[in-house]
Amino acid sequence: MQSTAAVSVSASAIATGGARSGAARRPGGVRVCGLRGEALACSSLRISQAPARRAATKAAAAANGAVAGSGGFDYDLVIIGAGVGGHGAALHAVEEGLKTAIIEGDVVGGTCVNRGCVPSKALLAVSGRMRELQDEHHMKSLGLQVSSPGYDRQAVANHANNLASKIRSNLTNSMKALGVDILTGVGTIVGKQKVRYGKVGFPDKEITARNIIIATGSVPFVPKGIEIDGKTVFTSDHALKLESVPDWIAIVGSGYIGLEFSDVYTALGSEVTFVEALDQLMPGFDPEIAKLAQRVLINPRKIDYHMGVFASKITPAKDGKPVLIELIDAKTKEHKETLEVDAALIATGRAPFTKGLGLENINVVTQRGFVPVDERMRVMDADGSVVPNLYCIGDANGKLMLAHTASAQGISVVEQISGRDHILNHLSIPAACFTHPEISMVGLTEPQAREKAEKEGFEINVVKTSFKANTKALAENEGDGLAKLIYRPDTGEILGVHILGLHAADLIHEASNAIALGTRVQDIKFAVHAHPTLSEVLDELFKAAKLQPREGRDSKPKQPPQPLLKVLGFITSLLSSQ
Amino acid sequence: MAASPAPFSLSASTVPARLRAAVAPAAAARGRQRRGRMVVRAKIREIFMPALSSTMTEGKIVSWTATEGDRVSKGDAVVVVESDKADMDVETFYDGIVAAVLVPAGESAPVGAPIALLAESEEEVSLAVAKAQELAKVGQPQQAPPPSADVAGTPPPPPPRPAEAPVVVPAPVVAGTKGIATPQAKKLAKQHRVDLAKVTVTGPFGRITPADVEAAAGIQPKPKVAPAAAAPPPPVAAPSVGAVPQAAVLPPVPGAIVVPFTTMQAAVSKNMVESLAVPAFRVGYPILTNKLDELYEKVKSKGVTMTVLLAKAAAMALAQHPVVNSSCKDGKSFTYNSNINIAVAVAIDGGLITPVLQDADKLDIYLLSQNWKDLVKKARAKQLQPNEYSSGTFTLSNLGMFGVDRFDAILPPGQGAIMAVGASKPTVVTDKDGFFSVKSKMQVNVTADHRIVYGADLAAFLQTFAKVIEDPDSLTL
Repeated sequence: MQSTAAVSVSASAIATGGARSGAARRPGGVRVCGLRGEALACSSLRISQAPARRAATKAAAAANGAVAGSGGFDYDLVIIGAGVGGHGAALHAVEEGLKTAIIEGDVVGGTCVNRGCVPSKALLAVSGRMRELQDEHHMKSLGLQVSSPGYDRQAVANHANNLASKIRSNLTNSMKALGVDILTGVGTIVGKQKVRYGKVGFPDKEITARNIIIATGSVPFVPKGIEIDGKTVFTSDHALKLESVPDWIAIVGSGYIGLEFSDVYTALGSEVTFVEALDQLMPGFDPEIAKLAQRVLINPRKIDYHMGVFASKITPAKDGKPVLIELIDAKTKEHKETLEVDAALIATGRAPFTKGLGLENINVVTQRGFVPVDERMRVMDADGSVVPNLYCIGDANGKLMLAHTASAQGISVVEQISGRDHILNHLSIPAACFTHPEISMVGLTEPQAREKAEKEGFEINVVKTSFKANTKALAENEGDGLAKLIYRPDTGEILGVHILGLHAADLIHEASNAIALGTRVQDIKFAVHAHPTLSEVLDELFKAAKLQPREGRDSKPKQPPQPLLKVLGFITSLLSSQ
Repeated sequence: MAASPAPFSLSASTVPARLRAAVAPAAAARGRQRRGRMVVRAKIREIFMPALSSTMTEGKIVSWTATEGDRVSKGDAVVVVESDKADMDVETFYDGIVAAVLVPAGESAPVGAPIALLAESEEEVSLAVAKAQELAKVGQPQQAPPPSADVAGTPPPPPPRPAEAPVVVPAPVVAGTKGIATPQAKKLAKQHRVDLAKVTVTGPFGRITPADVEAAAGIQPKPKVAPAAAAPPPPVAAPSVGAVPQAAVLPPVPGAIVVPFTTMQAAVSKNMVESLAVPAFRVGYPILTNKLDELYEKVKSKGVTMTVLLAKAAAMALAQHPVVNSSCKDGKSFTYNSNINIAVAVAIDGGLITPVLQDADKLDIYLLSQNWKDLVKKARAKQLQPNEYSSGTFTLSNLGMFGVDRFDAILPPGQGAIMAVGASKPTVVTDKDGFFSVKSKMQVNVTADHRIVYGADLAAFLQTFAKVIEDPDSLTL
């Protein structure tokens, strides 16, 4: 007991020391949270401010809505769109003492809560259990006996729906409690710092705001030639309602959305056919992870696939005919095959939802629908100059279409509005795919890292470990999985981490935090992980990462000072003796 | 089979299932010929696709680490193979020169198929190359080795096939088939080496379903419970290969024609053989049918058949004797079926099928008759869905219409009992007072699984059944 405590304290001491010295080595420039060592220095500053700010927050919360925003504006900040991005920005804005309003034309929570991450997690929770219960071999090896597991489709659908409404009301309540004004209607920018909102086509109310954030998100993208009927040909919006479980469903697109739905549908008994335009399934994933994912998530399941083909025409089932999907070669455009299936899910990505925002009023031209922004999320006009006081976050700017990115971008914008410059490091944002097992990643893929290394003239190293080497994973009988770390052997900088395995989505944060805070492998490898846990998979990676020997490094003592140890030992013995 | 290239394809069956590629001496004889007396050394060996896991049936070459012309020594990794589980380096057992790569990277070959030739010395390289070309040529005719050569009973016969074997889908269209198969159906077909073109299609929109492929492969629909683990060893071969054991028993009489089983016949054969594992016994019972015949005359005009009356009577009796409606799946327990589904054996062209009257105890005879009519129509058209012929809990077989007076039936797998009904014939009977009269009498024999149904159970069941038949008013309720 004593020794454990001592070691863990020593590790954190070292980590802090290392990071600080790292920060000290480099001259500070712009404050870039999520970018290397500087963060620590800033955060220590922040801590000292915190109590004052909290008081201000309370005051603002109380005052919001009663008193007009400063400088003759109705609000300090108006956010168009109450999705996860808008919500994150609003909460942070209130914390910063800004008088804030949020405009929503549909339901609070946006895509993520109502038609995306949240309900899909409910379905995946069901599919994960279903899959486990159906796996006789798995059950038997654990010594369990389960006879013919089954499910009630409507009850599963209700679970997803209930979860969405619960999270939606949580979001709404949290904003109301803080005093964010929730304005109902569709928001349109009518001029500089001016927004009109109301029913579609009748924006009757006008407000002014010192700053405006566009956070209107995205909708499922449906390519030309595909006829959506919502019953047999549909997008994730419909699929999440789980109104039916088709015997055979084609999933067009093998990215996150397609992959997650294949997990759900196969667990519920459907057979799945992927249609992928590129020559590789799961494009965008690290190739090694994609290959293993194919072996674990696709090959053993009732799934087949067509690669390098476009679905040029999809006709819903009618008149006693099944769903017809015409495939053409992605390159030659020649007709290749016609699939006959019971349903088709279109998961070909998402398109920004930016129509009707009134961007033309301020000389902003969207690019394929996306609002152009700079690295600080400031909206750029047609001439390439920054539109003052106007920001765009989340899917609408298309930088990285993930719910938590939107929220992080929103917080970054609020920081800037509050007078602290801030740039979000997108390479520190983790991503996860909630299949069984899960896939997660942060930073660069191996090919991206190699390209960068070549361009900038440094070396990279890759270390890997298997879940088969992890005690907890084996205890769960879930040894399938791989984790890989891509890093610079000269500096120890972490460039990317990719995980496929049990609870990978929860495991990635140690790596993403390390990237965000600029922690290096030589420091993080001394951090202690509880045994036996899945987190040791990452521990294994960090410990396996070898650095190139360099003069002057490792001269610091790796032991915490003796007096500290003694004091700690004393405290621990006191505690344990009670 | 006597052609010279054949021997090495057969040698494939001796491949040890290990992580190393087995390499077998091949053209030793040939080398001897050419070299006159230098008897030894002239060897060209084959590198085979190894079995990297117990479930692996074929492997894909990820890459060749050695290329043609490379000199390799024992223990060197020569090729990376992707199995159903992982990528693995495969080593060679012998020193030599990689003379010819038979299966290039990116292609697949079944376990045991040669994937490269290894020459022992420079001189043999050209010889090996020539052989590789020969191999490529002979590839096609070699495709289907005559099954009679296989030894019956050896569980995993890795049929040596050329690399081209894995089916390319363009299926020659069978009546009504568009060659569309579901993902799982395709996977199963590949696994069990079933030709999709020869599968009886039952799926919607003329689509081949996994069940169709399983039926074609002779796998019982829903081998869900116990037997799945033990009984069928992974390589359950396609019907043509499945027929081998019988063929191997005796050489056919000269002039005889061998007609392979159809899918259905193969399934029947398999079920019949399986029944030998069940300790069955038989109990007979004579039943007077005068009243039943009278009833039949009355309801005949409403489309009710004798089959339906008998099925209904059996179902009513089963309702009172659930043990006869149960089955023994694992040799350890009774499985009491919640429904009473009467399967009725029907002879159809070239086979036998058992359409099932579901819930026969609950539906009235008119509804049952309607169902029966539909089922028979579908059966004749070979359009029965699996649950329409495989969900029976008790079987009825009636040969009475042919004048058969009594017979025994064989117990179908998964059921506890089967009833064989003979013809009803005028017979002189004595009543309890000793008076003679002529009554119609039929003989009913029931075969049952003695692990779950005992003699007294069956006797009691038959007694109830006889009561229902002899006083058939309850049938019309």
